[in-house]
Amino acid sequence: MSDTIIIKEKPLTYSAAQAARDMSGTATPAGEKGSRVSEGPSGSKPEKTLSRRNIILYGTLIVVALYYLLPLYVMVVTSMKGMPEIRLGNIFAPPMEVTFEPWVKAWSEACTGLNCDGLSRGFLNSVQILVPSVILSIIIASVNGYALANWKFKGGELFFTILIVGAFIPYQVMIYPIVIMLREIGLYGSLTGLVIVHTIFGMPILTLLFRNYFASMPEELFKAARVDGAGFWQIYFRIMLPMSLPIFVVAIILQVTGIWNDFLFGVIFTKPDLYPMTVQLNNIVNSTQGVIEYNVNMAATILTGLVPLSVYFVSGKLFVRGIAAGAVKG
Amino acid sequence: MAVTARPARWHRNLSAKIAAIPMIATALVVFVGGTAWTVLYSFTNSKLLPRQKFVGLDQYERLWGSAKWIISIQNLAIYGAFSLVFALVVGFLLAALLDQKIRFEDTFRTIFLYPFALSFIVTGLAWQWILNPDFGVQAVVRGMGFESFTFDPLYNPDIVIYGVLIAGLWHETGLIMCLMLAGLRGIDEDIWKAARVDGIPVWKTYLFIVIPMMRGIFVTAVVLIASGIIKVYDLIVAQTGGGPGISSEVPAKYVYDAMFLSQNLGQGFAASTMMLLSVIIVVVPWAYLEFGGKARRV
Amino acid sequence: MTSVSVRDLTLKFGSLEVLRTLNLDISEGEFLVLLGPSGCGKSTLLNCIAGLLDISDGQIFISGKNVTWEEPKDRGIGMVFQSYALYPQMTVEKNLSFGLQIAGVPKDEIARRIARASEILQIQPLLKRKPSQLSGGQRQRVAIGRALVRDVDVFLFDEPLSNLDAKLRAELRVELKRLHQNLKNTMIYVTHDQIEALTLADRIAVMKGGIIQQLDEPLTIYNRPVNLFVAGFIGSPSMNFLPGRIIGTGDQARVDLGQGLSVPLAGYEAGGPVGDGLDVVFGVRPEHLTVTREPTSGPSLPAVVELVEPMGADSLVWLRLGPHAMSVRTESTVKLLPGDAVNVTFDLHHASLFDASTEERI
Repeated sequence: MSDTIIIKEKPLTYSAAQAARDMSGTATPAGEKGSRVSEGPSGSKPEKTLSRRNIILYGTLIVVALYYLLPLYVMVVTSMKGMPEIRLGNIFAPPMEVTFEPWVKAWSEACTGLNCDGLSRGFLNSVQILVPSVILSIIIASVNGYALANWKFKGGELFFTILIVGAFIPYQVMIYPIVIMLREIGLYGSLTGLVIVHTIFGMPILTLLFRNYFASMPEELFKAARVDGAGFWQIYFRIMLPMSLPIFVVAIILQVTGIWNDFLFGVIFTKPDLYPMTVQLNNIVNSTQGVIEYNVNMAATILTGLVPLSVYFVSGKLFVRGIAAGAVKG
Repeated sequence: MAVTARPARWHRNLSAKIAAIPMIATALVVFVGGTAWTVLYSFTNSKLLPRQKFVGLDQYERLWGSAKWIISIQNLAIYGAFSLVFALVVGFLLAALLDQKIRFEDTFRTIFLYPFALSFIVTGLAWQWILNPDFGVQAVVRGMGFESFTFDPLYNPDIVIYGVLIAGLWHETGLIMCLMLAGLRGIDEDIWKAARVDGIPVWKTYLFIVIPMMRGIFVTAVVLIASGIIKVYDLIVAQTGGGPGISSEVPAKYVYDAMFLSQNLGQGFAASTMMLLSVIIVVVPWAYLEFGGKARRV
Repeated sequence: MTSVSVRDLTLKFGSLEVLRTLNLDISEGEFLVLLGPSGCGKSTLLNCIAGLLDISDGQIFISGKNVTWEEPKDRGIGMVFQSYALYPQMTVEKNLSFGLQIAGVPKDEIARRIARASEILQIQPLLKRKPSQLSGGQRQRVAIGRALVRDVDVFLFDEPLSNLDAKLRAELRVELKRLHQNLKNTMIYVTHDQIEALTLADRIAVMKGGIIQQLDEPLTIYNRPVNLFVAGFIGSPSMNFLPGRIIGTGDQARVDLGQGLSVPLAGYEAGGPVGDGLDVVFGVRPEHLTVTREPTSGPSLPAVVELVEPMGADSLVWLRLGPHAMSVRTESTVKLLPGDAVNVTFDLHHASLFDASTEERI
């Protein structure tokens, strides 16, 4: 599925959009059309940057973009104001007096009702959950996808189908049996247990991603390696891995954002002192004791969103592929 | 020349089979086994711990007699219907706008999509703040002189789910737009040329030619949105906590509360089985239409 | 001595029989071409011999050893693929040495073999390059080199020239033939291109529907095809097929082509008795027909020119002969125009006669 979601760059030739623009007689002044006809096929259409059509088009886009940016803007300005200013002022107004104290407080002092060491604890927990989960899930899924694509074995397709169908089952249906299983092996409430859960629920989409990628590589390459005497692992490490860097990046982006943003598994499968950042954040903001410090809350919210946001802005188009694939996740 | 018999099959592709063990275990133990276990225990009166004391459909009767569950289902229906329609329409319109060969296309796309990188917790908290009646939009408009202006969805039980909807749409529309844009870019340019030669207006070309051609993308988008709707949990927890009262409860939260807060496992199992049932009702017809007799080509 | 031997090979994908109890013996040093349309099972058969597909039934022997269940690397084969299948991240040298390293061949031996192969194929200047820096022809040379360094008795080629343009294909074809003459390895070569098959092969196996239709030397296949399929598949432009009926017996037998036209069969070497009244298909290649404006002394039939396709050295003339349309290859010096009345003479030594119901040669 992910492969259908590559945003193609527009070729410089006559494009659909150009055609659409040329066709939009309603938005193009009649005079412009007429002049174009008289110029004949060799003349290029004169571009009026301030045509009515462009004003409507860009106007709409800018208004929508402002709507999308608004929450981020409000979060940032709120987090830089002092509480008195928040109580008196307008949430859309820029801070009169910029302060970074809420950020410091959110990071190291904010209370969750259980402890008062801020988000830093959640951040460290999230990192400790994230790194092994991403590595383990990608190793398992890539080897599995490779086995499914290249070393077809009896039952492989059946189990893969179950896996993909399973991705549509609501997590709630499978949560309690997993709690019991983890409890039986003594991992319930531990980071290891949560890593296993992330690996399990990341498996359908990652396996699909890798299987389709490896299946799209030329089959003859695999055959040639077999004639050369390379076995399962030699082909994986020496032929397939060096050729599949892009898909690994996509998988990493997908898993990093997905696992970092997880709330449900974190709250169910860990204990309060091991809660990941999202759970910690929710507990800070939605804990009802004391005076609500909106500026600290917003600073904490931004801090939590910072990791996936940086991944997003750095990786650009690969991110689109990654999340598009991830969105298929049950 | 000597004839040899086929050797034992089990060790052929042995490495591949070993590599597939996690998949096989997950598929059988967690997905099949776990689901079967939950469905089975939804017929018991398990409370704090799962018990094999079967009580028939008691849990389901209690479930459907519970106001909290009925509200959860209503909320899910409202949220689902609006979210589906708005995400598809807005997503497609934005994609069509971006497909006009505009400048700064990448910038606009980056802006429309960034909310999707954020977690539902962050999304919910941000919108909780903006919709805060004392400081947010309502306060700002009142401050401009419209004293009677009221916009407090998160504090009004009748419209709280629409307040959640605003945040949900903000989060997901960018993804749908990206899908639609990919779909639009996949349309052969000759189609546009042919429509132009035939003198068909642009809006008609979109409506009667382009959208039908993008059927696959729309199906994908619907499946994406639908599977997102049933999962809605974090957003509610962060933005409203199910309140005011129980007016913004959703099934996923009902299940969590029953299992982990009120020690009512049987209710949790029954509610999650209903969630499974609703997914089956949506997914099975789709899979049947999509894959028909060739179900093996997943 | 037999080099590769296939015994009763059957391959099924589910209930679909892709190859049916197939038997094939290839002698040492022979260049055998598997020829057929796509989907005929020729590549599948090659993959079975290579060990890349598990067969359902039968046995495969290479150099006297039963390799039916051996891994590809243990069969003593080298293989060249249509898409070259060079490992993109490795240099040419690494591509050549990869298999040898895995097999644990000593370093100096690897160097010796690479030196020899690259000399034979003239790829020494390319050794440090990556495949992406090579042209199609160079890539295919490297791919052949990869088979060469394995120092094996049997080479398998899976449509190795199909991805190349026409000119390069012709060049490499000659090179392959020369390579075979020098190395004298057994070669099994899959192609759908009959020119390649006819020019390269010691013997050709024409396949269709998972069955070898005819296994013979190229000229025998060309001149004496065993059935309608082989006759139609080999030769370009393809053979004329004229449906008719046998009248008379022995020396007096003729093929009645309808509308009072008939061809005497005297001179045709029939494989068996030609029965009176049998429905047949009379096949004759365009170059085994002669067109003259004047009636000739031999058996000739009147026809009308419908279309002329000049092809350079010769022209293809489309004729209407009674109810039949047929093509004749003539020298371009013969000037013919549509509508011209001509006489057609058949070369019975090179004609073919097929039973219309069984489609087998008579």
